[in-house]
Amino acid sequence: MTRRRLPEWFVLLLPAIVVIAAVVLIPLVFSLYSSFTPYKLTRPATLWKWVGTYNYEKILSDGKFWAAFGRTVLFLTIVLNLELLLGLGIALMMNKVTWGQRSLRTILMFPMMFSPILVGFQFKFIFNDNIGLVNNVLQSMGYNAALPWLVDGKLAMFSIIFAEVWMSTPVFAILILAGLFAMPRDPLEAAKVDGCTPIQTFRHITLPFLMPFIYIAMTIRSLDVARAYDIVQIMTGGGPARRTELLWTLMSRTGYVDSRMGLANAMGYVSIILSILFTIYFFRKLSAARAQIGMAG
Amino acid sequence: MDRNQTYRNRKRALNAVHFVALFITMAIICIPGLWIVLNSFRPTVEIMAKPPVWTPSFTLEHYRNMFGGAGEGGVPVFSYFRNSLIVSVVSTTIAILIGMSGGYAFARYRFPGKAGYFVGLMLFRAVPGVALSLPLFIVFARVGIIDTHFGLILAYVAMNVPFTIWLTDGFFRQIPKELHEAAEIDGCTRWQAFWRVEFPVARSGVASAAIFAFLTSWNEFALASQLTRSVGSKTMPVGLLDFTAEFTINWGGMCALAVLMIIPALVLTFLVQKHLIAGLTFGGVKG
Repeated sequence: MTRRRLPEWFVLLLPAIVVIAAVVLIPLVFSLYSSFTPYKLTRPATLWKWVGTYNYEKILSDGKFWAAFGRTVLFLTIVLNLELLLGLGIALMMNKVTWGQRSLRTILMFPMMFSPILVGFQFKFIFNDNIGLVNNVLQSMGYNAALPWLVDGKLAMFSIIFAEVWMSTPVFAILILAGLFAMPRDPLEAAKVDGCTPIQTFRHITLPFLMPFIYIAMTIRSLDVARAYDIVQIMTGGGPARRTELLWTLMSRTGYVDSRMGLANAMGYVSIILSILFTIYFFRKLSAARAQIGMAG
Repeated sequence: MDRNQTYRNRKRALNAVHFVALFITMAIICIPGLWIVLNSFRPTVEIMAKPPVWTPSFTLEHYRNMFGGAGEGGVPVFSYFRNSLIVSVVSTTIAILIGMSGGYAFARYRFPGKAGYFVGLMLFRAVPGVALSLPLFIVFARVGIIDTHFGLILAYVAMNVPFTIWLTDGFFRQIPKELHEAAEIDGCTRWQAFWRVEFPVARSGVASAAIFAFLTSWNEFALASQLTRSVGSKTMPVGLLDFTAEFTINWGGMCALAVLMIIPALVLTFLVQKHLIAGLTFGGVKG
C-alpha cells in the first residue's frame, strides 16, 4: 500500500488551520445555527427548535438595532478618517524634527501598549463630571458649570471618539512615519528643482508613495475594529438612554444580560459581516497599492 | 534685503507653529497616562476633593491595599497577575510556534490558492471578540473548559495565529532563498537548514511577533470577561472591574492596578519597537 504524502506546505500550515477551525470556525458554525433558533441560556431545550429566519426578521425590523448599526458605521467612518488625518499630520511633523526624534517616536508608541479597557477606564476617569481632570481644569480656569461629559448624549459620543482616536492614531502615525523614512530623496529634489510648491510636492509625490503604508495601517486597524467595544462598554455601557449604543454593546447586552443567545448571535453575524467587509475592502486596496509600488520599482 | 527679512520671519513663524503643534500633540498623548500614574499615588480624599486640589501629596496607600489583598479595595492582585502571566506566556509560545510554521509556508512555498488561504486566515482575525465570545462561551461551557486557563489559552492562540503568520511571513521573505539552498547543498536537511540558518537570521523578527502576541493576550478583555469567572482564572483586565461597585469606583486602587498592568507592556514594547515597525511594513508591502 502506498501512502500519499501530504505536501510540505500543507503540513506546515495544518496546525494553524486546525486551531482556527476548532476555536473560531466551529463556534461560528454553531452560532450560525443557533441564530435560527430561539435559544435562551436559561432554557437549553430551546436550542432544538427551528424558527427559520425569525431572529433576522426581528432584528431587521427593530428600530433600536438599525440605530445601533447606523451609529456603528458612522462611528467607524469618523474614527478611521480622523485617525488617518491626524496620523498623517503627526508623521509629517515628526519627520521634520531634527533632534530627539527617537524619543518622540517612543512617546508616540505609548498609547499602543494600553489595553483598550484601560483606555476606557482612563477616559472615564478623566471625563468624570465630578472629579475628572477635564472638568477640574475648566473649573479652575473659572468655568463654573460641570459639563456632563459622559451623561449627555452628544458629549458622550465625543468622549468615546476622543478615547478611540487617542488609542489608535499612533498606529497610523508610526506606520506612515516608517513610509516617510523609506522614501527616496531624488524625486523630492527633482520636484524642488522643477519649481513645485510644497503642496504640489506633497500631493503628487509624497502622498502616492505613502499610499501603501496608509493601506497597511488601515488593514491592520480594520482587523481589530471591534476593539472599540471595550472602550464603549466601560465608558458608557451604551448609555445614556442608548445614545452611544454600538452594534457590539447591543449584542453583548442581548446575549449576556437578556440571555437571548439566538437573537444575539443573529446580531453577531451582522457585525461579523460588517467587520469582514471592512477588512476585505482594505485588503483589496492594499494589494492594488502594492501592485503600484511594484511597478514603480 | 527687505524680502530676505520677511522670508526669514516667515520661516521663524513656521518653525514656532511646528514646535507648538508638536508640543500639544505630545502633551495630549502623554497626559492621560501620566494622570493615571500620578493618581495612583494620591490619597482617595484628594482624588475626590471638590474643589480640586492641585498640590500633589504622596502616598502608597493604594499599592499597600492592593498587595495586602485586604480591606477596602482588597483585590487578589497576585492571582490576577499570575493568571495573566500564565495565560499570556503559554498562549504566546504556542501561537508563535504555530504561526512561525504557517508564516514559513507562506514565505517559502508556492501552492494553489495561496492568496486565498492568506486572506481567509486574516478574516478570522477580523471576527470581533464580542461576537465570538457568545458562541465560544456556550461551546466552552459544554466541553467544560470554561473558567480555566486552558480555555483562555486556546482562545488566545487562535486569536494570535493569523497576525503572527502575517508578521513572520514578512520576516522570512526578507531572508534570501539562497541561504537555505546553500545550507542544503552543504548537507543539511530542510529542517536543519531552517533551524540553523534561517531561524537565527529572523530571530529578532520572531521576537517582535511574540511580543505583539503577548501584548494582545495581556490586554484582551472582551473574551476574557466572559470566559473567566473566578479568582482562579481571571486576568488583570477583567480584574480592573473589581474596583467598580454599583455606584462608586475606587479610582486610586484602579490606577494602581493599571500601573502594574502597563509596566510589563512598556518594557516589552521598548525592547522591540524597531523590529515591530519593520515587520509590519515589510509584511504588507512585499507580500
